[in-house]
Order: sequence, then C-alpha cells, then structure tokens
Amino acid sequence: MSKREEVPKVNAGSMADIAFLLLIFFLVTTSIETDLGIGRIMPPLTDPPKAIIKEKNILRIELNDKNELLVEEKLVEIKDLKDIALDFLDNGGAARETSDFCDYCRGDRDFTSSDHPSKAIISLTCNRETGYGTYITVQNELIAAYNKLRNRESQRLFKENYSTMVEQYEYAGTPSAAKERLKERITHIQNLFPQKISEVKIE
Amino acid sequence: MSKFAKKKDGDLPAVSTASLPDIVFMLLFFFMTVTVMKDSTLKVENTLPNASETKKLEKKDRVIYIYVGKPTSQYEKVFGSEPKIQLNDKFAAPSEVGDYILQERAKKAQELQNVLTTALKVDKNANMGLISDIKQELRKVNALKVNYTTYEGDAFMNLNR
Repeated sequence: MSKREEVPKVNAGSMADIAFLLLIFFLVTTSIETDLGIGRIMPPLTDPPKAIIKEKNILRIELNDKNELLVEEKLVEIKDLKDIALDFLDNGGAARETSDFCDYCRGDRDFTSSDHPSKAIISLTCNRETGYGTYITVQNELIAAYNKLRNRESQRLFKENYSTMVEQYEYAGTPSAAKERLKERITHIQNLFPQKISEVKIE
Repeated sequence: MSKFAKKKDGDLPAVSTASLPDIVFMLLFFFMTVTVMKDSTLKVENTLPNASETKKLEKKDRVIYIYVGKPTSQYEKVFGSEPKIQLNDKFAAPSEVGDYILQERAKKAQELQNVLTTALKVDKNANMGLISDIKQELRKVNALKVNYTTYEGDAFMNLNR
C-alpha cells in the first residue's frame, strides 16, 4: 500500500464552536410569536334594516371608564358574566304553544327573559376610556358561554364536542367527505345558538 | 506487586466532549424551526392580553397586522405616552388605517383578497376609544374579519394591571 491512498482525517474539533455561533445567532433573533386570538366578524357599514326587537330579548352589557361591568345597569363582577349570559341565552321563555318555543333549552323559562336563543341578542357598549384588557376578558367570557351551550347541544346530537368538530374541520388532513359532513353539523349547531353580539359605536 | 497497587493520584478520566456538537446542533435546530423572522420592528409596547377561547390565525399571507400601544421609551419623547397605532414601520393616525388596508390588500394575490383577516395586536393597557376608531375605519373599507391577537391563558389575568 502506498501512503498516498490514506485520506487525512478532518479535524472536527471546531464543529461545536461553529454550531454554538449559529445557535447564539438564532437565540438572539428569535421572538416566539403568538398566532392565537379571538376571531370576530364585524357587520358591514350599511344601515341595518330597522327591526323591532323586544327589550326582553336584549342583554345590555356596558363597560364604563373605571373598567366596571354593568349588566342591565346593575354592577356585576366579570367572573359572574358567563353564568348571566348562559342563563339569558338558554332561557327559552316563549310559551309551549307559540312558534318560538325552544325545545332544546334547559333554562328557567322565565317569560321576562329571552324567548329563544336565535332571538337573544347581547349588546356590548364600551366607554372610550375602557381598558382593552377588560374588553377582551368580557369578549372571552361571552364566547365561552356560547361555546359551552354549543358543546352541550353537540354532545346531545352528535356525541362529540363542538370545539373538536371545528378543530377537525380546520385540520388540513381531514378528508373532504368528512369535512362536508362536519360542516353540516357545525352549521346545524351554529343555527341552534347563533352568536349575536352587537357592539355599538363609541361616540 | 500487591493487588492493591496505588492508582496514580489525581488522574481523573477526561470527560468526552464528542457529543457536544450533537447537543448544540439539537438546540440549534429547535431555535431554527421556531424562529419567525420579524417583518417590522415594534415601536410600541405590545403586551397582548390573555384569552382562553382562542382560534388559530390563518396562514401568514392572509393576515394584515395592526399594532397598537404606548410608544416605547425610545420614542416617548417625540410621540408622547398615549397609545398609538403602528402600521408597518410608521406611527399613524386612525384615519390612515383604511388606506393602509387597501394598499396591503392590493399587494396580495387576487384569490386571497377576499379572505384576508386583520390581526389587531393591541397592548392590554390601550383604551377602547382608539380600538373603536380602528374598527370603524376597517368597516369603511369592508375588512370585516378581525382577530384580536392574544396569548393563550386565563382571561382574568388581564384585569389586574
């Protein structure tokens, strides 16, 4: 064997240093960003058709400049808001004989509160000085109330959680036939408890 | 000699550093994969609020970002300490939001123009007045899909400032 055929070994001792250098670069430039949030769809600017809504079908929520929560003009703790919203939405106050009777509601059937979930509107008013953090907390509680009711109906009808169905529907790997079926179920649940949160413009 | 010959004293075996590059590479790859390159430097404070009922944002090319918050200490002297809107790299007035959205929308591919979401990255200490102005501007240009970007967490943490 001649000496020429021996390949000299590359010294890998400095590999760690190079890797460290790269690592430190990425450590410094990294900012782990969030891509989660509360999704909302605002109404278009065109004037909505004037409809007469019964006062009992509206839950009036107001946030004042001291970040206090007023429900129907009474001071309420924010942690109680979810239950108030649940009671209001699930009330089903219309009488059994009328066309508005809600056969899936499990509320108190109080005739002074909302008739039917599809008629119940939550009206949210803010002050210019209200903090954004408080506003998000209130939005979060309202959506939590809707999601709880939707999950309940979804469990009853399809033995599956509403939120898992939405997750599956949005997951890219779900086959399109299953997606079609999920979409039908999701819209069905959404029609049982439509999200009607109205926000008045702040002057 | 005896069976219990004295070992050479003070001679610890060297720790092998052969796997060090592997460990460092592992860390490196982790950071490389989670890194999101920023496209604009933040000039405002941006501590997002927490929420639990969140939805994942859509793909990045379908989102337009609007930042709101108090100018950072560097800019406080010039722009004051009231919350401001930041669009791309500049501070802006609420009336400029509409034009900005139209501009950004025109930059996107045709088929995406109707499915755009506006992500509002708002500092939790901002006031609703400014947010309301932005929302009104967004409605004027028909950008109705908004996402209040938050961190995942307990929403009640927003209440104690």
